[in-house]
Amino acid sequence: MFPSASRLVSPIRGLLLAGAMLPLAGCNTIVLNPPGDVAAQQGDLIVVATLLMLLIIVPVIALTLVFAWRYRAGNTKAVYTPDWDHSTQLELAIWAAPLLIIIALGAITWVSTHKLDPYRPIDRIAAGRPVPAGTKPLVIEVVALDWKWLFLYPEEGIATVNEVAVPVDRPIQFKITGVTVMNSFYVPALAGQIYAMPGMETKLHAVMNAPGDYAGFSANYSGVGFSEMRFRFKGMSDADFQRWLSTVRSSGTALARANYLQLEKPSASEPVRHYARVEAGLYDAILNRCVDPNKMCMHEMMAIDAAGGRGIDRNGTRTLVTRSQGDLRGGRFVSSAMCRVEDLLFPIIQVPQL
Amino acid sequence: MFTMTAASGNVSAVDSLWLGRLSLDALPFHDPILIATFVMVALGGAAALGALTWFRLWGYLWREWFTSIDHKKIGIMYMVLGLVMLMRGFADALMMRMQQAMAFNGEAGFLPPHHYDQIFTAHGVIMIFFVAMPMVTGLMNFIVPLQIGARDVSFPFLNNFSFWMTASGAILTMTSLFVGEFAATGWLAYPPLSGIAFSPGVGVDYYIWGLQIAGVGTLLSGINLLVTIVKMRAPGMTMMRMPVFTWSALCTNVLIVAAFPVLTAVLGLLALDRYAGTNFFTNDLGGNAMMYVNLIWIWGHPEVYILILPAFGVFSEVVATFSGKRLFGYTSMVYAMLVITILAYLVWLHHFFTMGSGASVNSFFGITTMIISIPTGAKIFNWLFTMYRGRIRFELPMLWTIGFMVIFTIGGMTGVLLAVPPADFVLHNSLFLVAHFHNVIIGGVLFGMFAGINYWWPKAFGFKLDTFWGKCSFWFWTSGFFFAFMPLYVLGLMGVTRRMSKFDDPSLQIWFVIAAFGALLVALGIACFLIQMFVSIRRREALRDHTGDPWQGRTLEWSTSSPPPAYNFAFTPIVHDNDAWWDMKRRGYVRPTQGFNAVHMPKNTAAGVVLAALSTLCGFALVWHMWPLVLLSLLALIAAAIVHTFNYKRDYHIAADDVAHTEEARTQALAAYV
Repeated sequence: MFPSASRLVSPIRGLLLAGAMLPLAGCNTIVLNPPGDVAAQQGDLIVVATLLMLLIIVPVIALTLVFAWRYRAGNTKAVYTPDWDHSTQLELAIWAAPLLIIIALGAITWVSTHKLDPYRPIDRIAAGRPVPAGTKPLVIEVVALDWKWLFLYPEEGIATVNEVAVPVDRPIQFKITGVTVMNSFYVPALAGQIYAMPGMETKLHAVMNAPGDYAGFSANYSGVGFSEMRFRFKGMSDADFQRWLSTVRSSGTALARANYLQLEKPSASEPVRHYARVEAGLYDAILNRCVDPNKMCMHEMMAIDAAGGRGIDRNGTRTLVTRSQGDLRGGRFVSSAMCRVEDLLFPIIQVPQL
Repeated sequence: MFTMTAASGNVSAVDSLWLGRLSLDALPFHDPILIATFVMVALGGAAALGALTWFRLWGYLWREWFTSIDHKKIGIMYMVLGLVMLMRGFADALMMRMQQAMAFNGEAGFLPPHHYDQIFTAHGVIMIFFVAMPMVTGLMNFIVPLQIGARDVSFPFLNNFSFWMTASGAILTMTSLFVGEFAATGWLAYPPLSGIAFSPGVGVDYYIWGLQIAGVGTLLSGINLLVTIVKMRAPGMTMMRMPVFTWSALCTNVLIVAAFPVLTAVLGLLALDRYAGTNFFTNDLGGNAMMYVNLIWIWGHPEVYILILPAFGVFSEVVATFSGKRLFGYTSMVYAMLVITILAYLVWLHHFFTMGSGASVNSFFGITTMIISIPTGAKIFNWLFTMYRGRIRFELPMLWTIGFMVIFTIGGMTGVLLAVPPADFVLHNSLFLVAHFHNVIIGGVLFGMFAGINYWWPKAFGFKLDTFWGKCSFWFWTSGFFFAFMPLYVLGLMGVTRRMSKFDDPSLQIWFVIAAFGALLVALGIACFLIQMFVSIRRREALRDHTGDPWQGRTLEWSTSSPPPAYNFAFTPIVHDNDAWWDMKRRGYVRPTQGFNAVHMPKNTAAGVVLAALSTLCGFALVWHMWPLVLLSLLALIAAAIVHTFNYKRDYHIAADDVAHTEEARTQALAAYV
């Protein structure tokens, strides 16, 4: 949004909430009043865009009712011009009025879409508080499973299910993927949603500005357990966050490929789980769909294809094998045995060993 | 509950040769709601069939309606199909509203998730494909040839065939209610969820084949109307003298012809994934589910305009007629529609801003979407200035139009809001979105259809619709709309997402209860509409219109009798103005009473019914993997099509004497009553 516009927003928003949206006062419209700075800017944008459009919407609705009443057939005093059907000035005005609004809104759209692009690292903690130079964001890897959420903290080496905690005022970078069907990762208090899709990674940058316990969920319908695919998003002070980390670390369980494949099987209403350790490379294996060590990783396959398809089965190996572990609903996949290390033109990845 | 074998419990382990996957398990003995529905449908159906037999109406229906290739009768059959399916789609809506109003505080509501998921899928599919589409197509079918002074459409048999293919798709979709299950994927069946791995049951297959068969009908009807408008206009009717409704039909059919093949292709690819083991949209082996999402919305967004443009056409006719005034800004109206037609293809990505396209791509599609609001806004102003300095008569069609102008403007505003990508990131998939598209589809398309039905009913049947029950219907619909959907806007701003079958937060419940109350008001609106038709048919002599022009109309359909004769016009009218009939009346047009010629007419045929029945059978066999039956029905389909090409008895002449007789009856009626 324009720098000048954002200064305008707060009083405007106050006015709006006090006036036109009075009926909403009694309920928690978190989308308009979120504690996270990114979501707050998005909420402000809703208010600004709405006000801009009301400039034309209100007159149109008012004129509809006024004209309908004034030119009712019973009112014979009103002027009646049955053949008047054209006026160049009026038609220019008719096209120009919405055009002007859309030019203004289009400019706001271009700027705000780039500024609030979820892939773009945030540059402020809150209004008037830029991110200090050299701040590293907290990286959280998010995996949408049927029907629960797995969160991995690569730097802290922990993982959780259906619960995610962050320190307030620290930039967060989410890397988001999925395993089976499309979901959408959404914490209304924090920032807008972004899809979680198998074999693909989306990103979201955000910051939480107030401690609290907020709702997070999948916003895209994903099957039978969708309604229960919810998690808690916790904003914490630094001290609380450290305490939370040690609680998770004291849980004792490790997340390795084998129990991940158990976790991956469809289930809903899963309780919160904590994992003290995570096997190295697990997230990359999930993203590349090769947690099952019999399966070729997508980035390997793509590299082979890019190099001219050297993965063609030459030795009579069964190239397509049926899934034998994890979520058994997927189709067949390319066996990792079909291509040997020497087939690769260059070493692409060190596959982490169990 | 969450293992897929249970969720898709209708799939038998071993397929039999003739019955494929179908077994007794596919019948819904486990579900009391479905059993009760089935009993009601069976009893109601038996009563209806019994009544038809008792009153010996089968022959009449077959000869005068089912095999008819008269565009007017086909148009009416489309409307009947749309209204019947509206009952089903609305029953689904009521169940969803009740479920969401109940399922709080650990209560599961009355619908288990797998059933609820099928209901919201069926609601969307039925309302778009089998309510809105048939009603829009039906209206165009009935009105367009009359407005352009033609005797029928260009390809009358194709018209009948198109209708029956649409009906066939509807029948297949309805069959899924009692035999097997319907898709539980959402109305656009996004893969991977709709792929064979995650939806192994028959639901998605019903979806695919129902839409593929109906899609044939829609596409052929689009081509038919397009050619009709381009080639069959009365002499003098240049493009810029066409009535605005006909212009809207032209734009809509251009959209249909260009968009529906994309739907056919993408559903074909999905079918290959499910039937032939290909991997277009799967997670592994190079599949790309986002390609499906792109393709389906490249059809899906134009589809929205396919529905709304004819409604815009209706409002244009109604506003001009009931304001007693020429339509303001005819030329800019036409160009506005053309701009919308073109832009309709440049906005599809706004349905998935949140899938991770870059900021520049999102901005581009956001801004193109906003640009559509400029011609749309211009149209609203044009209607407004048509009312300005008019003499507005608040007959029923005008009431629906004013309701539209207020409600649709609100929906347009929330639509532009959703086109701002950062706003969409917080509102996408929310109940705010649900409220938005119901706001434009109910306020726009549905109100347009009700305006159209009330406006042209006297043309179709020769008597007006009852005003009292019509007003009740309008006010219940309007108030019901606000009660049902304003709470959803609020819930969307509270961060509530759609397609949930239960909720944790008890503070949300009151809003869902209000929305359910709104749905009940809408139910009263529908009931009043049915009563309106029933009362009007009973009081038809009191409501009779002998003039053929009950509203002081402006376009050619009002120049002929109500209902029009089979040949529409004894003499092809000659057009000098875009309000052709208004202009004829003003210049003292005298109806010719002699010199009639024989009229060359197309002949009824059963081929459409037969081909569509075989298509239904083939679709059903495909759903259940009954391969021998698939082959047989496909061969029969081809054979029937070939046999039909050998039918040389395709036309006949209405003798000049018969035309003279019909016209003489009208002369006497006009003399006696007018």
